[in-house]
Amino acid sequence: MSPLDKKLLRDLWRMKSQAAAIAAVIALGVLINVMMGGLINTLEETKRAYYERYRLADVFAPAKRAPNRLLKDIAALPGVAAVEGRIQGGALIDLQGVDVPIRARVLSLPESGSPRLNDYYLVDGRRMDPTRDDEILILNGFAKAHGLKPGGSISATINGEKRTFDIVGLVQAPEYLFSVAPGELAPDDSRFAVIWASEDALAKTFDLDGAFNEALVSLSRGASLPAVLSGIDRLLDPYGGLGAYGLADQTSNRFIVEELKGLRSSSTVVPPIFLAIAAFLLYIVVSRIVQSEREEIGLLKAFGYSNFAVAAHYFKFVLAIATGGALLGCLLGIFSGCGMAQLYQNYFKFPFLAFEVEPRAFIMGMTVSVLAASIGALFVLIGVFRLSPAVAMRPPAPADYSRTMALAQFIKLRLDQPSRMVLRRLVRQPMRAVSAIVGIAAGMALTVTQLSVLGSFNSSLDLSFSVIDRSDLSVSFVEPIGQKAIYELKRIEGVIEVEPFRSVPAILRNGLRSCRGGIEGLQSEPHLNRAVDKEVKPIYVRSDGIILSKALADKLAIDPGETLTIDVREGRRPILEVPVVAIANTLLGAPAYFERHALNRAMKEPGRVSGAFMRIDTAHAAEIYRTLKEMPIVAGVNVKGEARQAFQRLMDEGAGSVRYIMTAIAAIITFGIVYNSARIAFAERARDLASMRVIGFTKGEATFVLLGELGVITLAALPLGAILGYALLQLVASGFSTDLYQIPADFVPDAHGTAALAVIVAAAFSGFLVKRDVDRLDLISVLKTRE
Amino acid sequence: MDSPSLAFKVRDLTKIYGSGVSAVHALRGVDLDVREGEITVLLGASGSGKSTLLNILGGLDTATAGSVHFGRENLTAMSDDELTLYRRNHVGFVFQFYNLMPSLTAFENVELVTEIATSPLSPGEALDVVGLTERRDHFPAQMSGGEQQRVAIARAIAKQPEVLLCDEPTGALDSKTGRMVLKVLQDVNERLSTSVLIITHAAATADLADRAVYLADGRVKDIVVNEERKRAEEISW
Repeated sequence: MSPLDKKLLRDLWRMKSQAAAIAAVIALGVLINVMMGGLINTLEETKRAYYERYRLADVFAPAKRAPNRLLKDIAALPGVAAVEGRIQGGALIDLQGVDVPIRARVLSLPESGSPRLNDYYLVDGRRMDPTRDDEILILNGFAKAHGLKPGGSISATINGEKRTFDIVGLVQAPEYLFSVAPGELAPDDSRFAVIWASEDALAKTFDLDGAFNEALVSLSRGASLPAVLSGIDRLLDPYGGLGAYGLADQTSNRFIVEELKGLRSSSTVVPPIFLAIAAFLLYIVVSRIVQSEREEIGLLKAFGYSNFAVAAHYFKFVLAIATGGALLGCLLGIFSGCGMAQLYQNYFKFPFLAFEVEPRAFIMGMTVSVLAASIGALFVLIGVFRLSPAVAMRPPAPADYSRTMALAQFIKLRLDQPSRMVLRRLVRQPMRAVSAIVGIAAGMALTVTQLSVLGSFNSSLDLSFSVIDRSDLSVSFVEPIGQKAIYELKRIEGVIEVEPFRSVPAILRNGLRSCRGGIEGLQSEPHLNRAVDKEVKPIYVRSDGIILSKALADKLAIDPGETLTIDVREGRRPILEVPVVAIANTLLGAPAYFERHALNRAMKEPGRVSGAFMRIDTAHAAEIYRTLKEMPIVAGVNVKGEARQAFQRLMDEGAGSVRYIMTAIAAIITFGIVYNSARIAFAERARDLASMRVIGFTKGEATFVLLGELGVITLAALPLGAILGYALLQLVASGFSTDLYQIPADFVPDAHGTAALAVIVAAAFSGFLVKRDVDRLDLISVLKTRE
Repeated sequence: MDSPSLAFKVRDLTKIYGSGVSAVHALRGVDLDVREGEITVLLGASGSGKSTLLNILGGLDTATAGSVHFGRENLTAMSDDELTLYRRNHVGFVFQFYNLMPSLTAFENVELVTEIATSPLSPGEALDVVGLTERRDHFPAQMSGGEQQRVAIARAIAKQPEVLLCDEPTGALDSKTGRMVLKVLQDVNERLSTSVLIITHAAATADLADRAVYLADGRVKDIVVNEERKRAEEISW
């Protein structure tokens, strides 16, 4: 090994703690990129494999009642690979000890036990005996949430008929990765069940002998989805077809796609910023380390080493740190990506995981680290090479202070000696101070942004569940019924206020853009569930036009004044042309509001209600739930508190958990930046500080000179960090938003306060660590070497 | 030594640092002949220009005007790369503060130079010349100042340079250790016939030189030729 390489290794060893701190920062920057890339690839690959293995349908076509022979006609449509007809319907489950009735979906299984499409994965228990009509399979998540096991039984009301079933198996199904009750936004395992029962039993219950009410279709390669959809719609139309839709509009799939989209967009926006900031820090640190080696560079040149040989030596040095950090980041990234994927496996309820790493993240992490380190070293080396070796070997000449005489006079009067030293150093090398300020501010900005995203989501929940929705619960009816039902609800003891609504499923279109959703028909001056504008003032619902949520208007690219086409998928299925009159500020979901009577008029169904928002006296809650459970018209009850909790869980356990991790990494990077700044300052000043100590300054005074500078830089970084953080939030907020919820890019004071506090704590802790080194300065050894 | 050839021929050498009002004239037209195989001592007060002269002779710094010839080659006309090769192949340096790499052992510090030289001594031989064979695996921090300086000399002579340039080699040492270092330099001069240039504050050092050059205010003030050199052991300061 050449002596230069030995020097390299020993220098690395000597600077191990600082090299480790730098490598750790770059490792974190790379880690989060590799982790997110691997996580998303794994989840997408797993989803694909799961869908494929369990033959999830490409098209879902619900109808009222279609004869089985129609399945042959559907199979004959061009582009259709396989067809399966099944019976599906709503149910209410009555669980002991649970007051609120639980909604469920029942699905038929063919006699063979395994359907051609939409198969299931048996987690526990056994398959159904096709000859028994009282055996069911139940969705694993729901069973777990309520402690149900194979061998137990459950009581359910299906199509008005209350029956008890034996649970024989717990299953997972790609169709229900997320179980979301109709009319709700967030999935909640405990409040929505899926039951698989024998086809014969359900045919009897729903009076569908020899018929089906949902066709599942898989497409052959290269098939045109729109063509198949319209072909199926044409065939099913005489049988009450409700409109076939593709997998993209299937509820569970939409959730998972949105979650993955949210993950992907937050991983394409945020981790590169982390990496960029880590790279910036690496650049600064490397350039300062190389700068501090100026005299050794001059010496090597004096011996006759060429610029190239010296440069190669220092490049090896910085590359060792950069690639070391990046490699560590890759390794840890793969590990944590696997760990995260396993967390997500539970969350998404995948029965298996297909691991897949993201090579681009490796390459990007490596390249960025190496480039940042090389550029940092290169700039300094070019500067040092320009000097003659004789000059380079001498310590840099003291700066010219003559220009700062006015300042010097001022500070002489106002400041004591150590303070003057702090100030002069800042003034003498303003670029150094500026780069340290920008570095710390960048770290703080990351933290501010992450905390703001978390805070914004909480304010979204507040806005949605306290301001927009002021009810305690909402009730939905089995089918749209007359106003009388509202009086029944009002009569229940403890009910304070009842506000009916009419909602219809519809496809909203604007030109080529369309969106499956629904129309909420509200009172013209609603109290309990309202539309609000940007200033959070209520918008009155109008009968001459529709109010769209911001998310929906954006998706359809429609503005107030333009006309929206509403393709209603219920009742007589009218197609309405309605002007958009206002845009509502909603952060959860994408509702469209219309006046209830106007909607009923358009449907030619006067006086109908689909459900009601209710305010109740919570002291009577249990009785009210029980009463509702007994009412045959009630299809489901949504308790607002539970819905809010479900959303909170969605944030904490799903894509949200990544946000917590990113926040933690942002905080660590911030600390890394602050600590490195302190360390470098110490390394550069060790000799000065020792000299001060020799002259007779106390340890405290010497520390003050060092940390005073860090203090000034930290304080200067705080306002800049706040501004950068706010700017960064504007960039990333949309990346964190999905179809389900929007993250507003609002100023979140708490986030700024907490981030500033974190920076101050990091500075104080770094100061403490560096102070120990000041206390331990070896005065004699410092003086033995040259001035 | 009837008419020995010249190691360096310096003519009208001028060096100005900075410009305008802050310009510093380090050298103001120096003329000097340094003979091959001799020990030349440069003396003068601080700021007299002796370090600047030595740095230019060593190819560590460039002149503002004038010329320096090393043999037939004109140093003042050399590019940066040519100067690098010149230093690598012909010049050995010894500095006041040794400038050893703290992270390398004595042996490795010497190896740093033998690595890039064309026909070097082995690091072991060079350490033997300065009498430090048994300290070869020690780090600078484990050695006394005199030992460190001897390692620096070993490092400088290992490449078998034609000239050895020493900037205050005893400046950081006590007189006893300093004498030992000077003795090593004298040995090197005698054993390897290397031309040696020594900068010093200590006037007594002039006694061991063939020629003592006195500099003042950037000019050569006087040159004293010693008919008889003293041994390093004989001088004191």
